[in-house]
Amino acid sequence: MATPSKPGIRWHIVVFLAPAVLVYTAVMIYPLFNTLRLSFFSEIDQERVWVGLDNFRTLFGNTIWSDQFWNALGNNTWFFIIHMLVQNPIGVALAAILSSPRLRFAALYRSAIFIPTILSFVIVGFAWKLILSPIWGIAPGMLDAIGLKFLYQPWLGKEEYALTTLALVSVWQYVGIPMMLIYAALLSIPDEILEAGECDGITGLSAFWKIKLPLILPSIGIISILTFVGNFNAFDLIYAAQGALAGPDFSTDILGTFMYRTFFGFQLQLGDPHMGSAIASAMFVIILIGVCLYLFGIQRRLRNYQF
Amino acid sequence: MTRTTFKGALLATTLLSATAATAQDAELIIESWRNDDLAIWQDKIIPAFEAEHPGIKVKFTPSAPAEYNAVLNSKLDAGSAGDIITCRPFDASLALYDAGHLADLSDIEGMSNFSDVAKSGWSTDDGAATYCVPMASVIHGFIYNKEAFEEVGVEVPTTEEEFFAVLDAFKEDGNYIPMAMGTNDQWEAATMGYNNIGPNYWKGEEGRNALIAGEQKLTDEPWIAPFRQLAKWGDYLGDGFEAQTYPDSQNIFTLGRAAIYPSGSWEISGFNTQADFEMGAFPPPVQASGDTCYISDHTDIGIGMNAATDNPEAAKTFLNWVASSEFSNIFANALPGFFPLSNAAVELEDPLAQEFIGWRDSCESSIRSTYQILSRGTPNLENETWNASVAVIKGDESPEDAGARLQEGLASWYAPQQ
Repeated sequence: MATPSKPGIRWHIVVFLAPAVLVYTAVMIYPLFNTLRLSFFSEIDQERVWVGLDNFRTLFGNTIWSDQFWNALGNNTWFFIIHMLVQNPIGVALAAILSSPRLRFAALYRSAIFIPTILSFVIVGFAWKLILSPIWGIAPGMLDAIGLKFLYQPWLGKEEYALTTLALVSVWQYVGIPMMLIYAALLSIPDEILEAGECDGITGLSAFWKIKLPLILPSIGIISILTFVGNFNAFDLIYAAQGALAGPDFSTDILGTFMYRTFFGFQLQLGDPHMGSAIASAMFVIILIGVCLYLFGIQRRLRNYQF
Repeated sequence: MTRTTFKGALLATTLLSATAATAQDAELIIESWRNDDLAIWQDKIIPAFEAEHPGIKVKFTPSAPAEYNAVLNSKLDAGSAGDIITCRPFDASLALYDAGHLADLSDIEGMSNFSDVAKSGWSTDDGAATYCVPMASVIHGFIYNKEAFEEVGVEVPTTEEEFFAVLDAFKEDGNYIPMAMGTNDQWEAATMGYNNIGPNYWKGEEGRNALIAGEQKLTDEPWIAPFRQLAKWGDYLGDGFEAQTYPDSQNIFTLGRAAIYPSGSWEISGFNTQADFEMGAFPPPVQASGDTCYISDHTDIGIGMNAATDNPEAAKTFLNWVASSEFSNIFANALPGFFPLSNAAVELEDPLAQEFIGWRDSCESSIRSTYQILSRGTPNLENETWNASVAVIKGDESPEDAGARLQEGLASWYAPQQ
């Protein structure tokens, strides 16, 4: 038998990969590295000058900058905690209820809960601002109708409530995503396993805790990391609802709005692309660390079951 | 409706430019953030200029206000910006001049029609070069609902004491929110609050220049006193003012729910179409009867020349015309509330606008204290003032603490204050 000739370059692979690689490089990878590069420069007398790590020294060493940075990071963390504590458990619970075969109108609920996710954040921001408005909003009236008017506060205008309120609005908008992912994971659990469990006397709630939950843990892990990345990149909802100064008194300022204000400038504050890039780089590092912790610390310990 | 006009206008400019390209005329393109004024430029201002200067074609090409600075900067860097540049006041334009994008206009003849205060927004720090022709200013003050004042039976206040008496009267009456302002968007508290009432305390230009020179500090009485007054405002704002936005306040006032609206002349044309009651205006009340009153007559819009223009002569002709009283008259009446800055006498038809501009004769003019030079560093004094004014109104920070915090921030980078 003739020896197989040495395979040539398989051009079709290059051709098929090219569009994705080129587009991704042009719109993601190049800007990312260019941002990192920009953060090592500064503008002095109209000239771009290499300053090494000076921007980072300012960001972390100068209290004017570092106070804002830690405030934003703290707010970001709180934003993330709310999502993890509220959005994901609710998402899992909704998925569990939806996957129950006895539930009627499941498709209707599924769509209704998922629809906010496809709305623009600008619409969500403005709609909730109006709902909660002390002047035109329906929130005071609704609370009044059930005799709980005393609970009403101008939430978005109070430092102690504003961030939590916005986090809950964001939860309302995005709860459909964990619900859908978990729902899909639940549907993929074969009936045989559940039936085998039933034979052993595991039914109802305990079937959920003992059989379904361990099987969907990998999905919950993925959702957590998506939430983490999404939250630490967040900007739009805060900007739409509270503006670039993230009031009241910076209580809703997160890394995204801090970066925006610095990079593009705001009102009389002129934009500083170099400090802005330094903040963007810090955000990148934070997200990178978070994702690595997850990948190496958690993902590897999760067991995947093959059916 | 406005959208279709806008689209039509866009279409018209495209068609116009197609025909203009065939002619030999010098063509001037104007960059601006005033897209609200597109129709006024196209229907009134540009035809008036072109009728007088055949051979020069002018095109007005505005972009969205929030994006203007960024768009303009990148166009200038790329060399694709228009010939005429509408100038933001102070540092944004000064940076363009320093970068060589704006031409020095000190010696065009129309410049003699403007006072130094008018030119301050577009001059170098030492006043040696002026690079934009001052076009319009806005005057701060209080707009009030005349019918509400008659109903409750109060007079227009002239002193601080009377002002709070009026607010108390409205609070007691209960039918009107005494004053429509919110703190959600933050800037109103500083612009319509602090910088509106402040000039009476720091004596306008005198205090403002002393602060720039480092002779006064933000912890001095004239700079703390406006905060003391703001601290008392909180009681007279509507329920939930903490979450009330700027459009909320505008609507509350034009719906007739509030008696007084701390504001500025830029609201006039919008309010004229929305409010169906008669409105009046009064300047910020003085401390004691007979005191000189000071108003914030803030330079807001200027117009300059792209240093890289192909038609410098045509551009200078146009700018000279903008500096003339003819332009002032057209502009002031088309946009009541944006007042021309030239010394030439201007006839205004709008009664509310007349009231505002009348204060120029009885009071001393100044500009917003934080705009020139003092908002150049980090922390940015203007943004800090927003924050401090809000905190004081809400009662989260005492006037003295607010002043001390602003002074500390300013002194951290501004040498004359160190």
